[in-house]
Amino acid sequence: MSLRRLAPPEMQPASFAFTAANAEWAKKMIDKYPAGRQASAVISLLWRGQEQEGWVSHPMIEAIARMLDMPYIRVLEVATFYTMFNLEPVGTFLVQVCTTTPCWLRGSDAVVDACKKHIHLHPQTVSDDGKFSWMEVECLGACVNAPMLQIGSDFYEDLDGPITEKLIADLRAGTQVKPGPQNSRLSSEPEGGATTLKDPSLFDGSVIGQYTAYAPTGGGTTDAEGKKPTQGASDREAPAQKPPGAAT
Amino acid sequence: MATRNLIIDGREIEADETITLLQACEQAGAEIPRFCFHERLSVAGNCRMCLVEWVGAPKPQASCALQVKDIFPNKDGTPAKINTISPYARKAREGVMEFLLINHPLDCPICDQGGECDLQDQAMGYGRAAFHRFNENKRAVEDKYMGPLVKTIMTRCIACTRCVRFATEVAGVPDLGATGRGEDVEITTYLEKAFASELSGNVVDLCPVGALTSKPYAFNARPWELKKTESVDVMDAQGCNIRVDARGPQVMRVLPRLNEEVNEEWISDKTRHACDGLSRQRLDRPYVRVNGKLKSTSWAEAFAAIAARLKQTSPDRMAAIVGDLAAAEEIKALKDLMTALKVKNLDCRQDGAKIGLTANGQKAPRQTYLFNSTIAGVEAADAILLVGANPRWDAPVLNARIRKDWLASGVRVANIGPAVDLTYPVEQLGTDIATLAKIADGSHAFFGVLTDAKRPMIVLGGGAIARNDGAAVLNLAAKIAADTGMIGPAGTHAEGGWNGFNILHTAASRVAALDLGFLPVNGGRDVAGIVDGAQKGEIDFIYLLGADEFDVAHLGRAFVVYQGSHGDAGAHNADVILPGAAYTEKDGLYTNFEGRVQRGRRAVFPPGEAKEDWTILRALSEVLGVKLPYDDRAALVAAIEEDVTHFATLNAAPVHADTASATWGGIGAAGPLDSAPVTHPMTDFYLTNPIARASETMALCSREFVAGGKQMAAE
Repeated sequence: MSLRRLAPPEMQPASFAFTAANAEWAKKMIDKYPAGRQASAVISLLWRGQEQEGWVSHPMIEAIARMLDMPYIRVLEVATFYTMFNLEPVGTFLVQVCTTTPCWLRGSDAVVDACKKHIHLHPQTVSDDGKFSWMEVECLGACVNAPMLQIGSDFYEDLDGPITEKLIADLRAGTQVKPGPQNSRLSSEPEGGATTLKDPSLFDGSVIGQYTAYAPTGGGTTDAEGKKPTQGASDREAPAQKPPGAAT
Repeated sequence: MATRNLIIDGREIEADETITLLQACEQAGAEIPRFCFHERLSVAGNCRMCLVEWVGAPKPQASCALQVKDIFPNKDGTPAKINTISPYARKAREGVMEFLLINHPLDCPICDQGGECDLQDQAMGYGRAAFHRFNENKRAVEDKYMGPLVKTIMTRCIACTRCVRFATEVAGVPDLGATGRGEDVEITTYLEKAFASELSGNVVDLCPVGALTSKPYAFNARPWELKKTESVDVMDAQGCNIRVDARGPQVMRVLPRLNEEVNEEWISDKTRHACDGLSRQRLDRPYVRVNGKLKSTSWAEAFAAIAARLKQTSPDRMAAIVGDLAAAEEIKALKDLMTALKVKNLDCRQDGAKIGLTANGQKAPRQTYLFNSTIAGVEAADAILLVGANPRWDAPVLNARIRKDWLASGVRVANIGPAVDLTYPVEQLGTDIATLAKIADGSHAFFGVLTDAKRPMIVLGGGAIARNDGAAVLNLAAKIAADTGMIGPAGTHAEGGWNGFNILHTAASRVAALDLGFLPVNGGRDVAGIVDGAQKGEIDFIYLLGADEFDVAHLGRAFVVYQGSHGDAGAHNADVILPGAAYTEKDGLYTNFEGRVQRGRRAVFPPGEAKEDWTILRALSEVLGVKLPYDDRAALVAAIEEDVTHFATLNAAPVHADTASATWGGIGAAGPLDSAPVTHPMTDFYLTNPIARASETMALCSREFVAGGKQMAAE
């Protein structure tokens, strides 16, 4: 994370206004809160403004502050606090590359390199054709398909360098691209297909009510018994000194 | 009041449930280090320096953010044990201090806060000597522009957010904020505009480190070089308690002093920063005008010139006017001198305010020209009607009180006068004085608000009473006061008494002068009459005691004596100049607008041949053959006390006693109202008196905040 400042004045647009539909939506958001608490809508409005314009500009901050009867500085504080708000212009496609540990372990560096090569050497900078910008983000919660990136509201997963390069090239050319895993996986299933729950009878309804058939023999425990703490719960694992050379 | 028992450092105490653990620990005698906590600001709890041990709790507790009511007793019913000096608490604080110092620069030798820095002091207590484990570069933060008064060295900032909370809560000017997050938090004004508050200098006092320091005072002195003198401010009529820090003959800075009843711990920027005007434009020797040119001379010759002139002048052709910064001593001396000379044309109301005199030309009772509710009483008010007053400029610290009242209880404030941002919501009732008449006869909606309020207030500013129809306005206001229950039972507001009739003065000398009767009683001329008389040739001799705020340039052919400290308007037009002392150069009694008498003390000596003002008048009286009967200040003060008994009681506001309706019926005079719109008494907050006008800092502020089109309070 680095210093978050408003973009320099020469990048700033002259003005900002919500579209009619967004303005109506914003009004609904403001109405959700009790009178005098309209400032609570600030994140919603900034987010909708960013969805409209791609980034949060100086006129947008002031327009939203006026809508919510907030001092400008309070809105600036919010906009600079949350890294989800882009304070610089972005390309048509904003490529958010996850570089948190699971993705990094699975090779997000190659994804970043592809972005550097095909978009711009520096993050948060619009590519020469204006179509792309990229940035590193923290975990987007798709670790099982690492490494991944997000464009708009779509995840592109199971990437590597060449796949990312192709993805960028396709988007640039206007070719239709498929969100989700970019290899043969189906959502988060193992590569090469599922390995468990393959018995077709599990899915045809024939085992409904057959649970007892799988129950352990010899009675089993009642619910109350099952909830009793076992001995282990009250025993504390004493960190006993292990003898030298003992296996860990 | 619910209380809870705590054992703090082995001592059991009973603590009020509404206070924080930090305050409870202080009551128990423990000293808790802190950076972000401040009694007058909201609790932030972000510096973590106030950690204490709550025996049994899994972690050290931030005592500033923990309320006593949240501290539950032990399982066996014994009071919770809090340790503030245990090794556990100490280790926790040492850890916090280590974190704070990771990014704090080691520039104490060039830091203006050095010697009075909370971080420096507490690092002495909690820093780990010869122990550091960080070799990384320190964080560096760009400095921000916050206006002509606040210098920023933001690398030193520890992000306690005291300044942000002060700006938002007390000053009511939410210009400051903390942008970014984590290590990248930066305190800044919005897009680095100046911090547009009249109280901005207080953030310098609040800053526990050297991040925000005083720009005019930068690199000027070290705290241990300064001689500190406790005194009283004269920049406005509130009588804020100040400490004057001087080095040798020069006043280096002015700081606030704690006084809950007057200024809490705030002072305005004019109070704080006009002190550089004390060493500029000074009158340091007597002058006499010879052939149209002022020529420096000796005291004896100056007195001789005055005596020669007075010999030719009859008392009804003489006049004396007291300026806004005079202390009671010289007002009394001048009054006695003029009385001895049988002069009746005396006035202290340079702005022409129609107060202090009854309809038949006698001295009016005190409560007709005081701020009777008292400053602390403002916090109890629930409806306020401002007429021709702009408290944000007339008395910025009082305005902070009104804002405090609004934050606490949502007081309703209405304003007859130009619409200004007073930092709290105000119902603007326009600038037509007829609105006041409508409220008085009950046909205006705000009459009902005042009637329904338990403690209503009316505040008359200079814009209401310094009008041609000022007497009629005063009369209407008194009628409103009587009709809406503003004149409540006797006693202080804490005892249940109430008096909501208030005059908001802007001149520090005014109430003392009115008390001492420096007024054109028995048919003397007032200021307008004196100016008129001078122009018509009916007044030949005028004595100005630091009076610069009226039309001094058009006094016709009258012989003008100016006694004062600065070469301002009055001195430019004078025939004899007698160099006097500024408020930091003399002991003096000042009465603030509440009627509270406070003593200012001398911090430095007057420059050159200038003398304390009452001694000048005493010396002059001897030359004129009407020797004043006091040889030292003690005798003079005794004479003042004999004349007006309340001068004997220092530091106490008068207690409202008189509920007789006769007093309130007889204020001012019923009469027709002018059509002129109600204005505010000041056109420029930063340039209201000779000292401020001589100050470079005030000129910078005026340019930044008033003249530069950056609208602040008025206009």
